[in-house]
Amino acid sequence: MRFYHAFLYLYPASWRAEYGAEMCAVFAARRREASGVLAVLALWIEALADAVTTAPAIQWDIFRQDLRYAFRALGRSPGFAITVVTIAALGIGTTTAAYTMVDHVLIRPLPFVQSDRLVRLSQDLPVWGSHDSDISPANYRDWKRMSTSFAEMAAFNGLLVNITGQGEPEAIDGASVSGEMFSLLGIQPVVGRSFNAEDDRDSAPATVILSYGLWQARFAGNSSIIGSVIELDGKPHTVIGVMPEDFNFPTRKARLWTTLQLPPDAYEDRLDTYLYAIGRLKPGVTVSQAAAEMRNIGSRLARAFPKQLGHTSVTVMRLRDYVSDRSVLMLKVLLGAAFCVLLIACANLANLTLARALVRSRELAVRTALGAGRERLIRQMLTESLLPALAGGALGLFLAHAALPLAVRLVPTSLPIAEVPSIDPRVLLFAAGLTCATGIIFGLIPALRAGRDQGLSQLQGAGRSSAHVRQERIRSLLVVTEIAGSIVLLVAFGLLVRALWRIQSINPGFRPDHVLTLRTSLPMPRYEQLEARDPFYRHVLSEAQRLPGVTAAAYTSFLPMVMGGGIWPVEIAGHPEDVAKRRTASLRFVTPGFFRAMGIPLLMGRDVSESDLHKAPFVALVSQSFVDRYWGGENPLGRHFNIGNHDRVLIGVVADVRVRGLERSSEPQVYLSWQQPNDVSTWYAPKDLVIRTTTDPGSLVPALRRIIHQADPDQPVSDVMPLADIVEAETASRRVQLDVLGAFAAMAFLLAAVGIHGLLLFAVAARTPEIGIRIALGAQPGDIIGMTMGDGFRMAAAGVVAGLVLAYAAARVLESALAGVKPDDPPTFAAACVLATLMALAGSLLPTLRALRVDPTIAIRAE
Amino acid sequence: MSKSALPAPETLLPLPPATFHILIALAAGDRHGYAIIQEVATRTDNQIRLGAGTLYRSLQRMLEQGLIIETDNRPAAAQDDERRRYYRITHYGETVARAEARRLTQLVRLARASGLAKETA
Repeated sequence: MRFYHAFLYLYPASWRAEYGAEMCAVFAARRREASGVLAVLALWIEALADAVTTAPAIQWDIFRQDLRYAFRALGRSPGFAITVVTIAALGIGTTTAAYTMVDHVLIRPLPFVQSDRLVRLSQDLPVWGSHDSDISPANYRDWKRMSTSFAEMAAFNGLLVNITGQGEPEAIDGASVSGEMFSLLGIQPVVGRSFNAEDDRDSAPATVILSYGLWQARFAGNSSIIGSVIELDGKPHTVIGVMPEDFNFPTRKARLWTTLQLPPDAYEDRLDTYLYAIGRLKPGVTVSQAAAEMRNIGSRLARAFPKQLGHTSVTVMRLRDYVSDRSVLMLKVLLGAAFCVLLIACANLANLTLARALVRSRELAVRTALGAGRERLIRQMLTESLLPALAGGALGLFLAHAALPLAVRLVPTSLPIAEVPSIDPRVLLFAAGLTCATGIIFGLIPALRAGRDQGLSQLQGAGRSSAHVRQERIRSLLVVTEIAGSIVLLVAFGLLVRALWRIQSINPGFRPDHVLTLRTSLPMPRYEQLEARDPFYRHVLSEAQRLPGVTAAAYTSFLPMVMGGGIWPVEIAGHPEDVAKRRTASLRFVTPGFFRAMGIPLLMGRDVSESDLHKAPFVALVSQSFVDRYWGGENPLGRHFNIGNHDRVLIGVVADVRVRGLERSSEPQVYLSWQQPNDVSTWYAPKDLVIRTTTDPGSLVPALRRIIHQADPDQPVSDVMPLADIVEAETASRRVQLDVLGAFAAMAFLLAAVGIHGLLLFAVAARTPEIGIRIALGAQPGDIIGMTMGDGFRMAAAGVVAGLVLAYAAARVLESALAGVKPDDPPTFAAACVLATLMALAGSLLPTLRALRVDPTIAIRAE
Repeated sequence: MSKSALPAPETLLPLPPATFHILIALAAGDRHGYAIIQEVATRTDNQIRLGAGTLYRSLQRMLEQGLIIETDNRPAAAQDDERRRYYRITHYGETVARAEARRLTQLVRLARASGLAKETA
């Protein structure tokens, strides 16, 4: 019989209470009737089948009944329903969007086969402060040969090629990969075949694999492209495959892939580093085991080649973790802020529902008196709160989906993942969980109370009972939580705004206004010889200078901030060469007038000139920090040093520029004459055109395209943008983050204000008789204002104090993203306090007015 | 539920078989749950034995629909079990049962007319 009793637990408690005893009696009677083992067995099977089929049906019956009831109840107060759904949608929407972003960037496995076994191998150069430097082909070869931890190892290198022949010439980002790369990643082309070892052999016929996007955009998704030949930088390549639509490697910018085809002489110089290596761990090998092995290999190589590899080691890092600390912090801040909004939303909802429960307490009391069990009431109240939570969840999911594309700047470009995250089943699950949690959290408190103390006291209309006082305390606590949460968000937002202002006020070292930039990346080997490039530059520059409004035009290898690399060792005569204190500088080739076009002040000496030819003495300009660091500020003009494979004489000093970006310190800069490359890789051949003008920079574009077309009809023009945009792009991700955080803070602020407002309004309504008596006894309007406003400000004060403490803790976490703004920045904290006061004021305005309008005669009569 | 709020009997048709059987069993007199099960079993030659869950789910719904009521008329204490509840068919319940019977009769008539069912006495 006990066993049968257990069956009854499948039924709702209210049902058990109602019919449990009778069902047991029925079963007992039938049990007595059954004779023989078989009959008893049959009875048990029947009873089990009966319970399993009817219990869910009964649960469903009750649920439907509750749902109907909830719809009716919410329909009676549409204002409440709309408010609740909107608040739930805001809380759930922000959290879902933030979690989707975090999941996309930090959690979700990379879209490769067994991607948790993929690692990135880099050179560790502690003396340069870099732990993930690129490597030389020789090192790649030796790492691959000496290691045993990897099932496969492959290398790649960034690629920028001009595609010509079909349609407009176009500059396209891509990657050169070693033959085993795609099989290592475990991704096969959707059309055609993958690379093999033969394709990667030096002097093999050149092959190319297209991205799905490029295939669609440029070749109309035509499968007959396989086997045909396209020209990349003027060199014919056979198209052998098209990768799947969602394939991104090494970053989402790459739109085509060729093979590396390293020639034998590529393995000679261990300082010529330009490869990035990826490994797939053998089954059973952990990342730390592989890292230990590679460190060992690194130190063996460092001993064998002390001059080139002294003080270097090898870093092994999960490919998934190749995200900058900044990105991680930004996303965590976003998630934290979203949780703050969710918390505030939940507190607000709990408050609203509590108030509503109080209003409905008589109804609940009647139902209790009529015999509704506690479980039944709790269940019904939960349904009533889950319903708007689910509606809010659906709306929130929709909001998140719509908002995600606005936040793509927060997806770092360093990862091989899509730009806009999709809301996948895991995130859906998360949203569903949140929705239910929100429903349960804000449904449970009123439901428990409804189940516990609704009784005769309510029917008798007992006024401000101890339960009431307790409830008011809970509700005040909720409002204090909301205020504290909004203070945290306001302070975080304020600090990051101050950080942004500080960064925007940093002098980049050049004047970005009224400057147009564009890129003409000359294809090699066609332009490999200086003599071949020279006419192109001369034509473009002389024609450009003739355009109306143009005051200066020049070419450089790479624009600052667009390219942070290009770092070379510097040897200075008379200074001992110590590997640990290796001198370095960023190297750029420029044409005359570059400093004028960029607005970089020439501090001493002269600019490069037409006469600094290949047969003339090799000249160089350096930045001020180069002089300070390497010659201790002595007059440097005429001194010699070695950079770029040749001794150079110093002819001028210019101001420093922020090559690596506004927020990073940069190496000293060295500028060489474009006519004196001396075997420096053609990658450094000037490709970025800089034009200073007195007119709108954008108006020059058509004329410039025409000029470049005249110089070489096959030459594509890319990256056309004002220099100001490049500087602005430095802070773009911060600005997006601020937009998001600002929206969150505004929501939190509004919700908290609504919270104060709602609570005070309710308190005034509950205390109307008391207020009436006070007025009748001669209380002045000032007393009444003090009473209601006082409540509002007491809550605001408590919230502000708690909020400021939490905000300071949050600011400490944020410190590395604050660009030097102190986490206890007084103006920010003061502003947050002022805003919170205003919020309290705004929130208590209407309730106070209502309290002032209380008519003592009516109020007391009602009592 | 007031009488005027009861829906027209036809709107409840067709009745679930368990409901119809319970109405037939109660038409003969007030009964408690287990007695209903026994009555249905006897009337159907043990073809139909209602499970406890099915029975009480049907009874609950029938109470809500106004087809039956709980009655306080209990048998003499000696034969009574205080856990038991007794159910009585309402006038509305009888009307609905009659409507269902009519519906079934018409169905059978249709079946006979097309030769699908044999004429029996």
